[in-house]
Amino acid sequence: MLQNDQLVIAGKSYASRLLVGTGKYRDFQQTADALDASGCEIVTVAIRRVNLGQNANEPNLLDFLPKNRYTLLPNTAGCYSADDAVRTLRLARELLDDHRLVKLEVLGDAASLYPNVRETLKAAETLVNEGFDVMVYTSDDPIVARELEAIGCCAIMPLASLIGSGMGIVNPWNLGLIIESVNVPVLVDAGVGTASDAAIAMELGCDGALMNTAIAAADDPVLMAYAMKQAVEAGRAAYKAGRMPKRFYSATPSSPSLGVISTRKA
Amino acid sequence: MLQLMINGEAKRFESVATVAELIQALSLGDKRVAVERNGEIVPKSRHRETLLVDHDVLEIVVAVGGG
Repeated sequence: MLQNDQLVIAGKSYASRLLVGTGKYRDFQQTADALDASGCEIVTVAIRRVNLGQNANEPNLLDFLPKNRYTLLPNTAGCYSADDAVRTLRLARELLDDHRLVKLEVLGDAASLYPNVRETLKAAETLVNEGFDVMVYTSDDPIVARELEAIGCCAIMPLASLIGSGMGIVNPWNLGLIIESVNVPVLVDAGVGTASDAAIAMELGCDGALMNTAIAAADDPVLMAYAMKQAVEAGRAAYKAGRMPKRFYSATPSSPSLGVISTRKA
Repeated sequence: MLQLMINGEAKRFESVATVAELIQALSLGDKRVAVERNGEIVPKSRHRETLLVDHDVLEIVVAVGGG
């Protein structure tokens, strides 16, 4: 139904508007199965110090992510300064053979995992200057979103609610403002808890949704991944279809008013 | 004898001179890793020729699951 409705990020087109994280699954096989069920094309990975010592034969996540199927999106999760985030993504670029598409997130504190906007802006500037395509996790502040776009970020990714909280879309009005404020794609990143949250984000006009815990922490992650795929598609289709106007306290019947077999006087 | 700080741990090596040799010594030869030395990336193509110096600070990273 929705042909040629591609998500374009940094000049590359994607058929799926659902981006999925690879953390917190039972094992790599479950990760791979959930990604498959989600239909996603972009998957986030984290960059961490290698285990020094015995685990030489540990399985490697990258072996479960076929290169021709998924675009990797290395993130800076866990970084609390612009400097750490920039170094992490330089390492990611080296690790992934001159890979340019990255997810920048610079956190403010460990309790809320709320973004540190000042450090985020600083890191974004450096990374854009170094040729990275920066998808940026940020607060749901439309002015900050515009600044990040002006710096040259290729996608703005406001939180819908706190990372890993599953609280859903707590401020749809701010998301709406951001969607109206910037021209680059806006993706909800963080906070989606279940399928209806993803659908709401897409109905608001978000260009996509990025999630991890909502899928990985479900009782059946693979089934939830499938639910999210459908929710994102349904929400997008509903947005494109244009919803009916809301009529507060004013019912209108769907069926003809005339010809009812009734003795009731109109 | 070379004293290095690797991923935040102090380590000593008897017969390691280059980044490539260090990666071998750590049994990371067949792993996909990236190396930063004293804050600068060491590209894979230069692992063999990059000499380590006493008290170098190295970060060696891999991709792991994450959101």
